[in-house]
Amino acid sequence: MDETEQKDTEDNAPSVIDRYYTRWYRADMKGKPCEDHCILQHSNRLCVVTLAETHPILHNGRTIKSINYQISDGCSRLKNKVSGKSKRGGQFLTDFAPLCRISCTDETEYTIYSCIRGRLLEVNERILETPSLLLEKPSTEGYIAVILPKFEESKSITENLLNREDFESVVSKRSVAESQPS
Amino acid sequence: MLPLKEKDKAIVQKLLSSGCCARCVLRFCCVRLQAVYRQPPQGTLGELQDFIKPQESAESTGENKSHDAPVPPQTPQCADPPSKRAKLEPSQPEEGAAETVPSVCVVCLGILQELCDTTQALKIAEAVKMEKYEFDSLVLSVSLPAQLCVREHSCWLHVKKEVREKGLLLDKDDVIPLKEAFKWIVQGPIAKELGGVSVVTKSALEVAVEFTHQPTDADCHFLASACPDCFKPTKNKQSVFTRMAVVKALEKISDAKFLRLFACPPPQPSSCCVPQGVHCLHLSVFIAGRYNKFCRSLPQTPWVIDGERRMESSVEELIAAPVLSAFRADGFNFSSSGREDVDVRTLGNGRPFAMELLNPHRARLNHEEMKQLQQSINVSSDKIRVRDLQIVSREAMSRMKEGEEEKTKSYTALIWTRKPIKSEDIAFISDIKELTLDQKTPLRVLHRRALAVRQRVVHSMNVRFMDAHHFHLELKTQAGTYIKEFVHGDFGRTKPNLCELLKTDTDILELDVESVDVDWPPAIPE
Repeated sequence: MDETEQKDTEDNAPSVIDRYYTRWYRADMKGKPCEDHCILQHSNRLCVVTLAETHPILHNGRTIKSINYQISDGCSRLKNKVSGKSKRGGQFLTDFAPLCRISCTDETEYTIYSCIRGRLLEVNERILETPSLLLEKPSTEGYIAVILPKFEESKSITENLLNREDFESVVSKRSVAESQPS
Repeated sequence: MLPLKEKDKAIVQKLLSSGCCARCVLRFCCVRLQAVYRQPPQGTLGELQDFIKPQESAESTGENKSHDAPVPPQTPQCADPPSKRAKLEPSQPEEGAAETVPSVCVVCLGILQELCDTTQALKIAEAVKMEKYEFDSLVLSVSLPAQLCVREHSCWLHVKKEVREKGLLLDKDDVIPLKEAFKWIVQGPIAKELGGVSVVTKSALEVAVEFTHQPTDADCHFLASACPDCFKPTKNKQSVFTRMAVVKALEKISDAKFLRLFACPPPQPSSCCVPQGVHCLHLSVFIAGRYNKFCRSLPQTPWVIDGERRMESSVEELIAAPVLSAFRADGFNFSSSGREDVDVRTLGNGRPFAMELLNPHRARLNHEEMKQLQQSINVSSDKIRVRDLQIVSREAMSRMKEGEEEKTKSYTALIWTRKPIKSEDIAFISDIKELTLDQKTPLRVLHRRALAVRQRVVHSMNVRFMDAHHFHLELKTQAGTYIKEFVHGDFGRTKPNLCELLKTDTDILELDVESVDVDWPPAIPE
């Protein structure tokens, strides 16, 4: 083994996400302030839907009361079943398709949306059992869902999303706005 | 002397006057003596004409003998007086009898006439010579246009009546097949020209000769309306009138219906078949071995996206190049007992692989030559190494795939930890045995694999402490275990994982395959 290839300290080691995924953002989803979503796009075009660090759920010391994948009378994301290599049977989602509803103990409620078009492969059932995962590890074990875009659309789905740089400037503009005396 | 009997006379008479060539007549008389077919056809024709001549009197020239078969109106040629040794002439009575160009046989369309003469046989032999195969036997395969079956059937019906009147039986299967007669005639000259090679029924080298006859392709078409269920259009085949389909339809169609739809005897063609060249194919040769991969930027198979190559070369190409050259093969199929990622090295004894070499022009290498070939692969690149290179049988491919599912593999991984660690903190890992993992299909392969949960066992592990954030992890696992996902957890979709065991984020920086525990192919001592 190459001894010379030692990596640096914890701060500099590129994570699995850094190495294989590109971060895309949807800010203020459906006009709701700060309800930011982060889509992790793998180099193989698969997308993982997660909460951005700025999402209100992750702030103000909130605790999650419940997570519900039943988004309407006829549709539960938990019932999603894909089979085979071509993932037949997965529910097809559009940008604004709701994935789940999260209620917090302080009576606030939030809907998490797909943000991209594609076939739903799986939703994270572990956060149903352990909601704290969503708070502690929103970018990894607390992910919301995995979506497979159509092959032809794999590049175009990011057209409506912000890259990391643009997202960070959107966020910094918010802080400026907040700190300005009204 | 032709091996014909009295009972054959009627058949010979009828077929000769229908426009059959001498050799086709012999076939319908079920003559099995190969040597007869090899005689010059003019001579055979003369003997046949003599054979049907009545013993007592010679025929007066120019008269049509109406004893056996009246010449059917379709056939343009006249029935020659049997005493003339001339060949059958085209029906232009104005032209003199001096013209001796034979007309094309109505059944074989020339296949047993000029298309099997020495010139043609030499052409076939030359085509084989040009390919420079190493061989000592060959199989001759002949592809004839499907309509020849129809014409054969027509002639058979033509003589069937004759035969039955004599109280005899002429089964269609008793008639010597056209392909067989053709081979009897050409295989001798071909074998001789190729320096004593034997032409046999089963061999590694197949020499395929094809003939077509476009003008009569439509001869089959009436069968489509008569027996529609034999001719189902498929996407693959260009024409639905394959030989097999035509043969099947001929078995089904009633004699009466056939006679209504197709001329009996068959109509005279104006040209003979056209040879479409010679195609040689040698049976595949299989070689096997084990390979090492020392490079962390080499894919196993060529990495091409949208027609653009993403990474230079590949394991299979590096191995294939010298091999294809040594065996002078046209192409290859590479397969191995599992695969490693681009950035993973394969150390130890290496991973078993097998290659099918397509159409090798050279099929046998001795022990020494194989060693040299192995050496030339190893010298050609420092990214890979090959050992135990050997020729194996076709069954090899399945033996090798066994290893993929059943055998264990050993790895060494370089692990990074977020929290600082001390040697004591990781020591317990070496004591963990038979750890069962539930692995959901990793996200990095989920785009091309089905979503499922797989149980895999990590048989044993060993740790070698390095520094506060690094250590080496050795693992021995069941085949099919995703090591990288065991280390970083894959968004929590592999459980248990190393992050959980060490209670910190972990990542894998490097991975090496130390051994693939398959005891095949047999080791070849250096």
